[in-house]
Amino acid sequence: MMDGTDPLSMFAAANETPAMAHSTTTGDLLRKRREKEEEDVGADFVPWSSKRGEILARFTTTEKLSINLFMGSDRGKALSPGSSAVSDKVRTRLEELDDLEEGSQKELLNLSQQDYANRIEELNQSLKEAWASDQKVKALKIVIQCSKLLSDTSVIQFYPSKFVLITDILDTFGRLVYDRIWTMCSDSQILPENFTSEDVNDTAKETCLNWFYKIASIRELLPRLYVEVAILKCNRFLNKSSIQEILPRLTAMIRGIGDPLVAAYARAYLCRVGMEVAPHLKDSLNRNFFDLLGTFRQISGESVQNQLVVQRVETPEYLTLYSPAINWILQCIAYRAPEPLLTEMIERCKTLGNNALLLNSVMRAFRPEFVAARATDFIAMIKDCDESGFPKHLLFGSLGCSLSSADPPESERLTILNEAWKVITKVRSPQDYINGAEIWVEFTCRHFSKREVNTVLADIIKHMTPDRAFEDAYPQLQSVIRKILTYFHDFSILFSMERFLPFLDMFQKDSVRVEVCKSILEVFIKHQVELTRDPVILNAMLHICKTMHDSVNALTLEDEKRSLSLLIIGFIRVVSFGRDFEQQLSFCVEARATFCNLEPVMVQLIHTVNQLAMETRRVMRGNHSRKTAAFVRACAAYSFITIPSLSSIFSRLSLYLLSGQVALANQCLSQADAFLKAAVSILPEVPRLISVEGKLRSSESFLLDFINSFMATLLVVPDHPEHGVLYLVRGLLNMVQDYTWEDNSDAKVRVYIGALPLLAAMSQETFLYSVPKVDSNETLYGGDPKFLSEINKLCETLIGQILDHLKILGREEQTTRRQSTLAFSLFNVLLAHGDLRNNKLNQLSVNLWNLSHKHGHCETRFSVRTLEHIKHQAQQLDMAHLSDTVQRLALQSRT
Amino acid sequence: MSVTLDIRLKRANKVYHEGEAVAGVIVLMCKEALQHHGISLNMEGSVNLQLSSKSVGVFEAFYNSVKPIQLISNNIEVAKAGKIPGGKTEIPFEFPLNTKGNKVLYETYHGVFVNIQYTLRCDMKRSLLAKDLTRNCEFIVHCQPQKSKVVPTPVNFSITPDTLQNTRERSLLPKFLIKGHLDATNCVISQPLTGEVMVENSDVPIKSIELQLVRVETCGCAEGYARDATEIQNIQIAEGNVCHSLAIPIYMVFPRLFTCPTLETTNFKVEFEVNVVIVLHDDHLITENFPLKLCRV
Repeated sequence: MMDGTDPLSMFAAANETPAMAHSTTTGDLLRKRREKEEEDVGADFVPWSSKRGEILARFTTTEKLSINLFMGSDRGKALSPGSSAVSDKVRTRLEELDDLEEGSQKELLNLSQQDYANRIEELNQSLKEAWASDQKVKALKIVIQCSKLLSDTSVIQFYPSKFVLITDILDTFGRLVYDRIWTMCSDSQILPENFTSEDVNDTAKETCLNWFYKIASIRELLPRLYVEVAILKCNRFLNKSSIQEILPRLTAMIRGIGDPLVAAYARAYLCRVGMEVAPHLKDSLNRNFFDLLGTFRQISGESVQNQLVVQRVETPEYLTLYSPAINWILQCIAYRAPEPLLTEMIERCKTLGNNALLLNSVMRAFRPEFVAARATDFIAMIKDCDESGFPKHLLFGSLGCSLSSADPPESERLTILNEAWKVITKVRSPQDYINGAEIWVEFTCRHFSKREVNTVLADIIKHMTPDRAFEDAYPQLQSVIRKILTYFHDFSILFSMERFLPFLDMFQKDSVRVEVCKSILEVFIKHQVELTRDPVILNAMLHICKTMHDSVNALTLEDEKRSLSLLIIGFIRVVSFGRDFEQQLSFCVEARATFCNLEPVMVQLIHTVNQLAMETRRVMRGNHSRKTAAFVRACAAYSFITIPSLSSIFSRLSLYLLSGQVALANQCLSQADAFLKAAVSILPEVPRLISVEGKLRSSESFLLDFINSFMATLLVVPDHPEHGVLYLVRGLLNMVQDYTWEDNSDAKVRVYIGALPLLAAMSQETFLYSVPKVDSNETLYGGDPKFLSEINKLCETLIGQILDHLKILGREEQTTRRQSTLAFSLFNVLLAHGDLRNNKLNQLSVNLWNLSHKHGHCETRFSVRTLEHIKHQAQQLDMAHLSDTVQRLALQSRT
Repeated sequence: MSVTLDIRLKRANKVYHEGEAVAGVIVLMCKEALQHHGISLNMEGSVNLQLSSKSVGVFEAFYNSVKPIQLISNNIEVAKAGKIPGGKTEIPFEFPLNTKGNKVLYETYHGVFVNIQYTLRCDMKRSLLAKDLTRNCEFIVHCQPQKSKVVPTPVNFSITPDTLQNTRERSLLPKFLIKGHLDATNCVISQPLTGEVMVENSDVPIKSIELQLVRVETCGCAEGYARDATEIQNIQIAEGNVCHSLAIPIYMVFPRLFTCPTLETTNFKVEFEVNVVIVLHDDHLITENFPLKLCRV
């Protein structure tokens, strides 16, 4: 043979360009520009990125793969431009190339699919590294070697995925080259968005031209083609119209690829880049498709068939390998294409003997509306298809996909469903069957009633039950449920489908089962707006909720429990038996038994029952009959025995209080007493620290709040005839006294100060408020002096305690501020609730005022306001004594 | 003390024609002021001829006669001995690209046995202690466009076992019929070689179809000459068993530097040919040769 120098390396040597200088601003601009350009194709064009994952997931192999690269030793020496003589550079570059060319051929054998993907990703990384370190030749070399891998069809099932992986690298390369040339242009000023070749400076043009010359001299067809397509966009820098001429040339060039599968994917890549760079040039897209049709006969040709025999791949499987490529090409063509063009495409496919593969792609890629309008024609075409190559159920699957988003004419719908299901139901393999059935469920739900859907479900159950085939089809079965839920929001219809619950029984893996139940409940809560008592719904939902509840175990996460509880609560809230209160109560009883592990549900049930009692009261307008009185007592009993099962102390406390109030409102005095007594008795159990949203916090403020509202209720609770006067108040105060409060806390004294207004209110002739039909202490004692003296005694004790505490606080410098605050609040209580005509009390309050101002910790603003208030009060009738008091209250001098 | 010397041409593509001025700047970068004994710039253009090893034995007689043919040589002093300030200094220069007498400026060509090259060399003389600095920079000369118009003449070809010449066992050859055409054999160097090839039928699958660009360089004079054909590049246009009766495009870009308009002088010749090579699956090689005439318009 002849000898000569490889022009590629010489050109590489000649193409010396300054190092990349990426400032952040240019980087940002580049990104923005790229985003902008992607918009050229409308948002309704499904981008390649969304197909990628699908292809990678679908075309997999367990065979061992190999990568044959002529790369290897990383002589990663970045050449610093301008530092050495040209000849040196030439030499280094040539050495580098020789190095890549000769000894370093590397063949990686026995790679698993994952290894393969990792290797390709490594190459992608080393491409970026090589580029960043200014080793442009190495970068090009990597890209060329990668594209060469695409001519290898040895593990043919993996080819589509391989295409995806390798074109990722090509895309990276195309972007790098484009961005680099773009940066070169924007040295002096930044290029406008819609720049033309005139705006590009000579250096950039020359570099761009160099790339194209370099690529034109790549020896092998496939790399030359792929790499040129990868940097197709760079033609913008050279000539505006050139892309128009280049696309047809590249299209024609693909004819030289002998392997039809390799050619089909090369066309897909060309169309993909073409759509991105010049979406308006439709002709070459069509040209590509016609060329593809022209070479279709090769598939049945000898060389392809021989290859299939060697690789032991069946023709139907082989044909599916084409789908992603053909789908993509057709999608590009069909995008915003006029109807006549699409019709013409179909005609062309027909003339090719109704090739099933093409038909499949047509249905996948063309607008669903277009397909739906001709659904009957398509069915006829599917029937005419040659059975041998492409399985018909896949064709029906594709048709189903189109029909699930666009509607065929109404009159044809039933025929379509019958035709499709006839084919699907005959599919033997459960996996193939469920894939098809899942698609058609959507069409069925969309257009037909529960009867048809029920039939479909029955059919699925029949197919999937033998050999527990459903175990491998959970995702599809879940999708079936999802689709049904999208279309059936009326749960009485849904649950009256005989096969719906049996269908749910197929989900036998716990996690999936709960997942499905949750999705049903979510839809239920969203769409069941009206209250319901429908036994069908209730039974089914209870069953579903029970399934969810039963999935809870010791290992269940808190979040999971919370979300399950929320869903179940949502269900409980829509259950209503209207006036049939007893039935409602027995539902709650049943629910309590069923959901005993979920505390929030328990809480909700107690609320529901309390509400029920109040509702009963409302219906009876406050006058309970014997029957309703017994019923509300039953409600109280329900709450009373449910509350202790809760673990959260504050839930228990507040529910006791609430239930006590409800009982009181319903004139169940002994029940109310029991609730409140229970609340008091568990007070000592309140821990000093509780966990709030995962953090430990002091419980003091919660406890104070609770005690205050508890005391407010105590005003109207009549004393129990068998216990002493103010039995509950005393009980509460005793508990407060014995409670182990935090060290250095005034909480106890604040409770005492808070109890004073209660006692003051109790000593009134008529109470501030009362519960209808309940006799409070005012009527029981009627202002009995003995009762009043009891109250007085209590008050004295409390004030004594408070004053003791104030004294202690006065001992130390640090606590004077607390002393001042407490003294001031006690002063306020006395002012509001005490009778200051009493000299002793009057003196006490003046002393308190002075104490609170003693150390200058009092807000002057509050003091002034208080004084004004007292003066205002003094003007009222019977309050004249206050004006004397005011005289004695000195404001703190501002020093 | 480091100093770098660089020549930067004004034109990014470094392409000049006869009669134009080669303009640019000499860039000097040094950290501090620098003493020198003069800077000069030299423009050289020459044809280097080399005999291939297989020819040497036969033509040893005139081996000596194969010495470089000088096409152009110019020298100017850029700066007299003196001092350059520290930092970056740019000294602009301009050279007219004119020949003396009746010499012709051939187009730049990098071949195996014939090399036509134009360079600028910048020399900076320095004191005895420091080394002199030199910097080379190649620039490219394109010859004047040809006046007459190029009329493309398509060439059709058809290859069958019977049309082949260089075969020993014609009977063992599989049957095939390959047709095609080149759009022109007198090509414009800046435009690609185009055409089509179509496999009508073939008993044996095709492995590959390639285009081989070949240079034919002839060195010598009246006493005798050496003629050598070497490959410039080989471009695959079809891979694998291509679809029959489908026209496959022939397309090849002429590489720069390695091709020039076909050249014929008294001392040497540079000519080009293209081979359409069809490799069959049993590794049979079928070649069809087309001489090309390249020109610049």
